[in-house]
Amino acid sequence: MLIHVDDISFTYSHSVTALQNISFEITTGERVALTGHNGSGKSTLVKHLNGLLKPSAGKIWLGGEDSTAARPSQLASKVALLFQNPDDQICKRTVWDEVLFGPKNLGYSTKRIKTLAEEALSLFELTSIKDKNPHDFGYSERKRIAMASIVAMDTPVLVFDEPTAGLDPYEISLLISTLKKLQSENKTVIVISHDMDFVAENIARVISLAHGKKVFDGSVRDLFRGKELMTDCGLRQPQVLQLSNACELQRTVLSPHEYVLELEKQL
Amino acid sequence: MVELETDLLTYQYPGSEEASLHEVSMRIPAGEFVAVIGANNSGKSTLCYALTGVIPHLYHGKMQGKVLIAGTDNKDKTVSEIALHVGLVLQVPGSQMSGVRYSVFEEVAFGLENRGVPRKIMRKRVNKILALIGLEKYAMHSPFHLSGGQQQRLALATILAADPAVIVLDEPTTFLDPQGAKLVFDILGQLQQQGKTIVITEQRLDLIAEYADRVLAFDKGHLVMDGKPEEVLTSRVMQTIHLDWTRYTQVVDLASQKGLLPVDFPLTASLSETVAILSPSREKHAHSR
Repeated sequence: MLIHVDDISFTYSHSVTALQNISFEITTGERVALTGHNGSGKSTLVKHLNGLLKPSAGKIWLGGEDSTAARPSQLASKVALLFQNPDDQICKRTVWDEVLFGPKNLGYSTKRIKTLAEEALSLFELTSIKDKNPHDFGYSERKRIAMASIVAMDTPVLVFDEPTAGLDPYEISLLISTLKKLQSENKTVIVISHDMDFVAENIARVISLAHGKKVFDGSVRDLFRGKELMTDCGLRQPQVLQLSNACELQRTVLSPHEYVLELEKQL
Repeated sequence: MVELETDLLTYQYPGSEEASLHEVSMRIPAGEFVAVIGANNSGKSTLCYALTGVIPHLYHGKMQGKVLIAGTDNKDKTVSEIALHVGLVLQVPGSQMSGVRYSVFEEVAFGLENRGVPRKIMRKRVNKILALIGLEKYAMHSPFHLSGGQQQRLALATILAADPAVIVLDEPTTFLDPQGAKLVFDILGQLQQQGKTIVITEQRLDLIAEYADRVLAFDKGHLVMDGKPEEVLTSRVMQTIHLDWTRYTQVVDLASQKGLLPVDFPLTASLSETVAILSPSREKHAHSR
């Protein structure tokens, strides 16, 4: 689903301007990272996509329709949003009911709801705990439960707010497999992340915010080339790029594999 | 001097079917910077709670073995007595804000006020801590108007106010941007220089490789590796306990596999060590071809 954010601004009631004149387009099936320092406006921005916040100025278009004034319930079938904190989202007493909650509210058939929930639980390796209470588990399981819940909604747009925070490398690999599956289904995916190694290796386009303004929109390679920009956005270069800069490797490499290929070429 | 010691520590949470820590024995000398790593549910947070007296004083599960703090069994001390010696910083800074103080200065002073520290000494100590953690210009701001990174540094400041010898931090950088995370480690490095003992659980292994003296790796509640960062973080055991090498280690390993480095070339975990071996070896190989 095409997302068109047209010159939006947003001010919180305590007069803090969180977003200023933000515009961008994301095409159907695209996977985009949204980066920036703590407090740059990333979470505020994505809450506009599912109607939780309304812009003080500007317009939002989803799939060609003006959704600026639409309510969250009207947008729930289009955009699923993973909150940064899973506890802001989990509301049921069993993992199974939690994952059913979204698709049930979207009015899908019983058969489809069951299939979607089983598939989402399997993606995040939660099937064995489906009858347990989400709150009996640690932060990372609750985060995986929250992720499975939004994936089960089968919406054309999915937004993940800091999905890797608090996950260990194995759990991150489950997320990466899920992102690949979503891409094969032509879903539009936005990932807010501070994890630059994850972004470098898994996402091609980045939009960066600093102090509520869009300061970059382009390829991940171009973002990491701009050292000043990285500093403004509270970011650090991914590990392989720090290494390649320190070793004066000529190309902007994004993964250990690319690094070694470049090393081979230079010898 | 041994600051912290666990002796065959086993702990099982109430209602849980299995133990979260199994017969963990280790000693942490004063002034050491120790990183605790492991996949989720490996026992890292439980260890933090045991080292700070939260277990067994607040969580009443089944505990066997001992935790000794400066030679005294923590069962024989109250949580507030332990807090004077060992401070705990949690993953989510909001969860340890008092919620009853209106400024950053007051939040840091809160613990000191409660202990009846004279106002003059208190003011001096709070200002010193705020300067150390880089929040002096926010002294009169509301704690709730700070960014996530600033709130996490504030949480650390409130712990430092009690001047504990040991600071235990449970994944303090989870919600911080990369620069904010690096800043926390820089501050911890300075605190170690001042003689503090640091125990930190963390998923950012590149920062651990640069800052820690020693790494303890946990798997399903068992202490499975205990050694220098360059030994533990480059071990092939890492993959078997659901952890990854840093990208630096991955580059060196891949380069060895491709014959760009001698077979069995020692793996490195940190940026500085990897630069040290890759730069000269690159030149050496370029000349030899």
